[in-house]
Amino acid sequence: MKNGVGVAQNIVLFGGTSDIGHAILRRIIKPGVARVALVSRDLDAAATFASEMEDSFPDVEIHHVRYDAADASSMAHVVTEIVSEIGDIDVAVIAQGLLNEGADYYNDPTALIPLAEVNFTSTMVLLYALAQQMKLQGYGKTVLLSSVAGERVRKGNPAYGATKAGIDGFALALDHELVGTGASILVVRPGFVTTKMTTGMKKAPFSTDAESVAKVVESGIASGKKIVWAPGLLRWMFLILKNVPLPIWRKLPL
Amino acid sequence: MALQRLSGWGRTAWTVADLFHTNDVHEMQRIIDGSGPRGVIARGLGRSYGAAAQNAGGNVIEITAEGDPNGVDAFLDSATGVLDVASSVSLDSILRMSVPRGWFVPVTPGTRFITVGGAIASDVHGKNHHFDGSFGQHVSSITLLLASGEILEMSPQSHPEWFWATVGGMGLTGIVLRAKVRMLPIESSRVRVETERLVNFDAVCEAMSSDGADNDYRYSVCWIDLLATGSSMGRGVLTRGEHASVADVKDDDVLAYDPRLKVPAPGWVPNGVLNKWSIKAFNEVWYRKAPANRHVSIESIPQFFHPLDGVHQWNRLYGKQGFIQYQFIVPLDRIDVLRTVIETFSSAGVASFLAVLKRMGPQNLAPMSFPTEGWTLTLDMAAGIKGLPELLAKVDNMVLDAGGRHYLAKDSHVSPTAVRRGYPRLDEWMQTRDSMDPYGLWRSDLARRLGLVSAQHTRENE
Repeated sequence: MKNGVGVAQNIVLFGGTSDIGHAILRRIIKPGVARVALVSRDLDAAATFASEMEDSFPDVEIHHVRYDAADASSMAHVVTEIVSEIGDIDVAVIAQGLLNEGADYYNDPTALIPLAEVNFTSTMVLLYALAQQMKLQGYGKTVLLSSVAGERVRKGNPAYGATKAGIDGFALALDHELVGTGASILVVRPGFVTTKMTTGMKKAPFSTDAESVAKVVESGIASGKKIVWAPGLLRWMFLILKNVPLPIWRKLPL
Repeated sequence: MALQRLSGWGRTAWTVADLFHTNDVHEMQRIIDGSGPRGVIARGLGRSYGAAAQNAGGNVIEITAEGDPNGVDAFLDSATGVLDVASSVSLDSILRMSVPRGWFVPVTPGTRFITVGGAIASDVHGKNHHFDGSFGQHVSSITLLLASGEILEMSPQSHPEWFWATVGGMGLTGIVLRAKVRMLPIESSRVRVETERLVNFDAVCEAMSSDGADNDYRYSVCWIDLLATGSSMGRGVLTRGEHASVADVKDDDVLAYDPRLKVPAPGWVPNGVLNKWSIKAFNEVWYRKAPANRHVSIESIPQFFHPLDGVHQWNRLYGKQGFIQYQFIVPLDRIDVLRTVIETFSSAGVASFLAVLKRMGPQNLAPMSFPTEGWTLTLDMAAGIKGLPELLAKVDNMVLDAGGRHYLAKDSHVSPTAVRRGYPRLDEWMQTRDSMDPYGLWRSDLARRLGLVSAQHTRENE
């Protein structure tokens, strides 16, 4: 669980190489954290971050767990493996995701399959597996990195937006089911974030960086919020954008 | 049984457990038998500040006698002063019954709303520690429900190791069902109190020092103004007392006792009402209110011993964020550390509404009992203060480097390493604990964080 000053003992990052995931961990690892598990497909890629963590927080045990985020059927097993390695999962950050920017789905529609698998199917299985574990623990917080792209899906990368819309709605409803169990989910809706995932892409308006996302996540965990936006202004913008009539929405230069 | 969100008195670190409320030992045995790998812990009136009486994902048995239709299960032998009492009974209920008959509890902490079970499990201390020691030293027998379901009556003579492991054992050795407590005879229900203002921290430490007059008073404690700076740094109001004699009391009914609650705290308080400025203003008034020169007054028991009990649910004053109470002890010759700690908190802008200094007497036989000979300082602070985890980690190390330790009944955050450094007899206690509970059935959030229960839960695999 977390201690009396809000520090979780055991923290798990799914998508152990994610820039946003790393930024969140840098913020929430404080004196009182005992164990951190980095769950990634490529253990070597997570190693640089792990050694940075080991230098900054010598009292924290860093664990590595290998998984394949595109293999939804293995997710429940991965959660079991983490629990046997570190014990209770007090905070889980789900930062796994594919953007597939520039993919030509018209010529290769099968390229949609791994995108849907990582962003939606496997994340959904993972959310349930974590929910079950956290119910047994009587405590636990899952942080899901969603996106404003799911707020109103649009052209450009409709597949990405649709998976985010799906998982966002799913996570909020699952959080509702978990009321009273001690387990809960925080849905994070960042706008365009400048990370290695978005390198080379044209910045969208109201873009932000990983550190700013991490900051709102930290305060969202502390205050027990259900949804946080980064930057916060997007919340009010999308309140309007969601209700803009379709012909106008399609003409907006977003 | 129902899923219930629980926290300690500090209202932080809420977790969900299956909560049962019972005083029936057969029912307790059934709950223990049905406990899974997350285990079970007893809970009294929930006055420990942190996570000692909660058990995330496991079972919690709430054992309190409030509103018990059978009355208070406590028998006081007027000839010997021995109280035979159920663990569920509060000090409040005991005092209502015993004070009019001329007996006082041997030790009371700053609240009377704790159960006898909790008093033993935390081995609580009061303003008389330098004079009388802690609660466990006044207990002649404990009836304990073991994890096996057996009931064992233990005295310090019959089962010294198990008895002293239970005193201060944070409920991790079993459920205390009954105890025999040696009460203190009193002539009146009043306290003769001497109050004096002390201009700075040097004056405070000198007035309370072990080779001074402090040893002549049964009760002694000093309130400290943590926000005073410069030459007034650490100024305080020292109160010392004795149970008043019949001659002191100008009242026909010398043993009259009326502990009615005065004011309720407001139901909802926003975070930040208790802040640096409001506390500074309060401290100034509190300090100025105390007489500049030594002054003698006759006070009631609640006034002197339980001032905060006058405000019902005062723990809500910190708002939704909750608060922590930081209590530690350092050896007598380490006043320098007290000063550094006060300066560290004060320069970080941490305001404490209640800061109390007390000189403690010698340690008792219990390996996990908190008090040792030295100075104990208690501060409360809002749990949501920015940078608090880092600040506390720094102060924890100052305390541990000086050979000090932290009080588990108040603890909110210390690390497994910190508790091992502070309590050198921890391993010995854990071995005893494991021998009393080989399957590791007793579990709490505190125990889980600090790694106090090493036994694996293996009962199902047999």
